[in-house]
Amino acid sequence: MISAIIALALLAAFFGLVLGFSAIIFKVEASPVVEQIDKLLPQTQCAQCTYAGCRPYAEAIAEGEAEINMCPPGGQQTIQAIADLLDVEALPLAGGEEAQEEPGPILAIIDEQTCIGCTLCIQACPVDAILGAAKQMHTVIAAECTGCELCVEPCPVDCIDMVGVEENIKTWKWPKPVNHINHPLPLGNFELISEKTAGSF
Amino acid sequence: MSESLTRKVTQQVGQNIRKIFSFHGGVKPPHRKSMSLQHDIMQGSIPPKLYLPLAQHLGQAATPAVKVGDKVLKGQLIADLDGPISARIHAPSSGTVVAITKLPIPHPSALTAECIVIETDGNDEWIEHQGAATPQTIAREEIRHYVEQAGIVGLGGAVFPSAVKLDVSPDKKIHTVVINAAECEPYITCDDMLMRERAEEVILGARLIQKALNAKSCLIGIEDNKPEAYQILLKATANYSQDGVQVVQIPAIYPAGGEKQLIKVLTDIEVPTQGLPTDVGIICHNVGTAAAVYRAVYHGEPLISRIITLTGEAVKKPGNYEALFGTPLGFLLDSVEYDPEQVHRLLIGGPMMGFGLTDLRAPLIKSCNCIIAAVNNELDTPPPAMPCIRCGRCAESCPMSLLPQQMYWFSKARDLEKVQDYNIFDCIECGCCSYVCPSNIPLVQYFRYAKSEIWGDESDKQKADLARERHEFQEIRKVRAKAEKAAAAAKRKAALAKKKAAEEKKKALSEAEEAEGNKPESKKTATKENNTAKKNDSDKTESSSAEEDPIKAAMQRVKEKKAQNKPQPKNTDNLTEAQQKQIEEVDARRAKTNESDKEKQEDDANV
Amino acid sequence: MTEYFLLLVSTILVNNFVLVKFLGLCPFMGSSRKLEVATGMALATTFVLTLASASSYLVNTYILVPLEVEFLRTIAFILVIAAVVNFTEMVVHKTSPMLYQVLGMFLPLITTNCAVLGVALLNVQTGYGFFESVLFGFGAALGFSMVMVLFAALRERLAASDVPEIFQGAPIALITAGIMSIAFLGFAGLDKGL
Repeated sequence: MISAIIALALLAAFFGLVLGFSAIIFKVEASPVVEQIDKLLPQTQCAQCTYAGCRPYAEAIAEGEAEINMCPPGGQQTIQAIADLLDVEALPLAGGEEAQEEPGPILAIIDEQTCIGCTLCIQACPVDAILGAAKQMHTVIAAECTGCELCVEPCPVDCIDMVGVEENIKTWKWPKPVNHINHPLPLGNFELISEKTAGSF
Repeated sequence: MSESLTRKVTQQVGQNIRKIFSFHGGVKPPHRKSMSLQHDIMQGSIPPKLYLPLAQHLGQAATPAVKVGDKVLKGQLIADLDGPISARIHAPSSGTVVAITKLPIPHPSALTAECIVIETDGNDEWIEHQGAATPQTIAREEIRHYVEQAGIVGLGGAVFPSAVKLDVSPDKKIHTVVINAAECEPYITCDDMLMRERAEEVILGARLIQKALNAKSCLIGIEDNKPEAYQILLKATANYSQDGVQVVQIPAIYPAGGEKQLIKVLTDIEVPTQGLPTDVGIICHNVGTAAAVYRAVYHGEPLISRIITLTGEAVKKPGNYEALFGTPLGFLLDSVEYDPEQVHRLLIGGPMMGFGLTDLRAPLIKSCNCIIAAVNNELDTPPPAMPCIRCGRCAESCPMSLLPQQMYWFSKARDLEKVQDYNIFDCIECGCCSYVCPSNIPLVQYFRYAKSEIWGDESDKQKADLARERHEFQEIRKVRAKAEKAAAAAKRKAALAKKKAAEEKKKALSEAEEAEGNKPESKKTATKENNTAKKNDSDKTESSSAEEDPIKAAMQRVKEKKAQNKPQPKNTDNLTEAQQKQIEEVDARRAKTNESDKEKQEDDANV
Repeated sequence: MTEYFLLLVSTILVNNFVLVKFLGLCPFMGSSRKLEVATGMALATTFVLTLASASSYLVNTYILVPLEVEFLRTIAFILVIAAVVNFTEMVVHKTSPMLYQVLGMFLPLITTNCAVLGVALLNVQTGYGFFESVLFGFGAALGFSMVMVLFAALRERLAASDVPEIFQGAPIALITAGIMSIAFLGFAGLDKGL
């Protein structure tokens, strides 16, 4: 009986010492999983996830406070990527039907006739995409705008609109072919899609 | 198709025997070229309006160089280069610019793009143009200049700006120029006719390219289904064999006209994965491009027209037409009497790599080399795709030695990482795999989808990174602004406090002076103390109570010293009235200047 | 020499720990969705298994048996395995932070991998010497690794294939594992003599 206790205690002590030493020898700086999560987020800084920006949301995920499915601009793709990174289950986008992904890229546009130069929208923009100064014309730099819609609220004269970005030949993407025997097309639409097939001898 | 194929080719008199090689895979679709070879190249007529898209080439679209209302002559520059990879656009005929707006263009997306619209006046008046004075002895750099001026792009279909292709960096030595006369796709015969009728232009253009790149040899690869063109080319190159120019006949396997495949057949050199032919010292140009280079250098003519094959069984007079860019495709089809009732499919390009033409208003651009108006049962759409049976025929036929089956599965599952592992960006979208697939799976469509998804994801990521950088910078800026504000506030506070202290000190001192009773002296010392106090204020921006005492003490010491060594004012006792008044005036003026100085100092401290 | 070779054949193929003995199914199903994760897990488990079988043999022979406290075997072995896994975790974290990130929660879960405890207990049961114990552990690990890699490759292809919705994910994976297990029955009798 005593020998059992002594044996176990000795074993535990020995392994404890070994682990203690190796903890010191193999010490590693905390790995920045927050950085990796932040890299996957779309950086619109829109706060739709209820956190102040993408970085705070990444920190919350890393600490386990937030679910990974709270980012509508990222969509299901981002959720899947974060799930793969953290090796957790990929949940569907939170909010159900309402919080669906945006239909396409949108940009803010300021109606210059109405703008009064109050700088409230400049202060609201999280990526400094609005050019202007007090009593000077404000304008949105289209290339920098992430479509987060944070500038629409503060404008006192309601001169900011969100417009969809038109597709052009540079942004157009080939669609995924669906001409498959398991997904028969409604009769008559046959030619429309298969017009685009190559190698169609 | 997988047996290696090497055979010696016996050539006509004057040519060396050249060994040719083979590439992996390939297919042999029926040629269907005789339809459009029945007569010579015809001249297309000038349409009432010409629509020139600004993006007719790879790289950045050109920027307009004319305004609405401008009158332009044939060959006049209407859009200029924009960026390092771009090309110019010239007016194909004389007329007036009536609009610069978004119009339909020949593109698989059926979207619109910016076009310059010219209303032709029918005169077809050329602008002043002149080729090089001595084209046979033209300098290397000048050739490139002429090519750039003429807005020449690759006319084989890739429309890469040719001037950029002639501007090879000095560390990449080019030893061979390959001229692509293969024209491997069925139906298309524009290069064939060009060679038959204008072989001289092609050869001279090829020689110019060879000279511009300082290449040792120039190989013209032509498929063996063009025997007439081959004979004509042989005759045309008879005098150039010592310059390294050689016409080589290759077997007609699709896609032998692919750049990398042609290089492999002619030289047995494989271009490395995701690399360019310049990496192995070779540059490839199309015969049409070579002819355009000739016209630019010898005659100074910009690229304003091209030969296009109009064929298919729905066309009554199929053939090759030399048409101006900007001609609406419907206008071209009308001129060959195509029958809209009979047309079942309209394709731009060939049957292997072409895409559907949905809007007949779309204009002819530099990349269109053929229109096929097919009737029923000529080029039918394939039946719906069936599940992949993993037979592997696609991998057997792929000319780039890829694994289309694997790429198909991963494109379908949108596993973009794995798809890239299988080298999807080496795919030239030739259509061989779709052609041989027994389940009729549109493989090339899947690969195009995967490629555009990858590019889309990359650009999204870049945008997100930029947004993150800007956001982080904004945070830094806010923190910095806050700190600066706090520092400025502190400075202001300190200056105010110091000024207050100085004022109190001055008051105390002047009171002490008055107590002593020496008015002029006190005034002087008061002024002096003002000056010293001012100097102390301006010198020390940060005051502290500890410093005030030594200042006070020093001032006390100075005062005492002055009191001791003060020179006695000599003429101040018996002053006349006038002199007294003068003195008072000066004193008053001094006092005023002192006050204004003090005020200015206060203002400065308050900023 | 032949016995050692036969021992290896036995542990890797004939009595494969995952597909024949049905031990270690947790990481087998959990870490086999991607090939890189599976390879990483296989390497980590190999490291742990070899070390664990060596140390458990030593603990058994020099502490438990002399003190006649064989009834403490299970607890003692678990203690040994937990310590070894912890040590492995630290080593992996230091040498390959990427692998550490990728394996995530499954690295400390090797402690509960019944294959590891199974190897340790089987060593004692069969009465192997030190070298044989280590070889047994190493062979078991090799068999485990091979099956993990094979299964991960299969699962990657399954993920991209046209699996009917009702079978997608775990169901088709388990069916595949079952078929692999049947296939491994074909090795029966290869280790005759052991």
